[in-house]
Amino acid sequence: MAEMDTSSSGGKKGKHGGTKSKKLSTRVDMTPMVDLGFLLITFFMLTTTMAKPKTMDLVMPKDTENEEEKNKVKESTALTILLGKKNQVYYYEGLAQDPNASANPDFFKATSFANKGGIRDVIINKRDQVAQLRNAKGQPEDVVVMIKADDGATYQNFVDIIDEMAINRIQKYATVEITDQDKTWIKSTESANGIN
Amino acid sequence: MPKIKMPRKSTAIDMTAMCDVAFLLLTFFMLATKFKPDEPVVVVTPSSINNSLLPDSDVILVTVDKDGRVFFSMDGQPKRQKLISDLNESYKLGLSPNDIANFTLGSSFGAELKDLKKVLEMGPDERKSFQKGIPIDSANNELGVWLEYGRTAQATIGVKAGALKYCIKADNQTPYPVIKKVLDTFKDKKIQKLNLVTNLEAAPVGSAAALYQKENAK
Repeated sequence: MAEMDTSSSGGKKGKHGGTKSKKLSTRVDMTPMVDLGFLLITFFMLTTTMAKPKTMDLVMPKDTENEEEKNKVKESTALTILLGKKNQVYYYEGLAQDPNASANPDFFKATSFANKGGIRDVIINKRDQVAQLRNAKGQPEDVVVMIKADDGATYQNFVDIIDEMAINRIQKYATVEITDQDKTWIKSTESANGIN
Repeated sequence: MPKIKMPRKSTAIDMTAMCDVAFLLLTFFMLATKFKPDEPVVVVTPSSINNSLLPDSDVILVTVDKDGRVFFSMDGQPKRQKLISDLNESYKLGLSPNDIANFTLGSSFGAELKDLKKVLEMGPDERKSFQKGIPIDSANNELGVWLEYGRTAQATIGVKAGALKYCIKADNQTPYPVIKKVLDTFKDKKIQKLNLVTNLEAAPVGSAAALYQKENAK
């Protein structure tokens, strides 16, 4: 028993031995620990807020067989936008219900998603132009945008064009099935512009 | 005149209290952070000016990657459990309780229903390469089945029909025909209100939306 009790913890023994242990301060410098703490807090705060994705509302039209329920769009207020491959955008004014419309070489036009001189300017022009027109009640007309995407378009193009509607605050727009006529127009414009 | 003697104070401040606060906050943020579950696909979403937030709960999420593979996921473990047991019963998938637990804790799923058991028995790495997406052809549209059962599972756990959000998260390079098929599937299920997951970008200067935002901020 006596052999085991040789550590300095035996207070009385130490006193007898004559060695005086130095009294150390119990205070620890906490500054680096606080630094580390706040660094980690900052990291976690930033990562939590940045991980939040945003969403965009999309309301799909109902499929209706009833012809009378369908909304009719006037030729004069409509703008049709087509999405092609390689981020190309095509557009024409009106709905192209008249097959002779394509006889005019300037009817079907190509543009891009560029911020200046792209599809945005086309939409703004058409919106202002249509706002000059008056409906039966004498109120300004709203432009109606028809969005048709070809098979070569990507999801990004689709979101971009819907975003373009939000940017220009176009209230009336619809995604419509592309027609064969539109596809032929896109094809001929593509070959004319050298896009494969 | 007697001089007033200012007591000399130590410049060392007791940091213990500050340290306590810092670590309390740290613990809070660490627990509050929800790390993203291990997704089988990497999707780069397009950006838009919309700034409404994606809700955390009551969400059915359809993910489409750049090759057109479709994945389905849903929040909430009890709901996922209900979904998988319903599917197991109706389609006679023969899942073991272990498979069901695997699905409940897992993330997105993207394979044919008949391969469901196989996928759930795989390890995480093997699972990533095996899943070829949920079929969305008009002849065999399994995404519709998933939506149907997902909706039922959400409704039985007590989510109101109006509160449930349907989100589509697709890659920039996803071809439009795939998106169209997914949208048509939603349309078939009479779901018209959808949410597209996007990144936030600022409205272009001078555009109608930028002017509107400025006016509303005032």
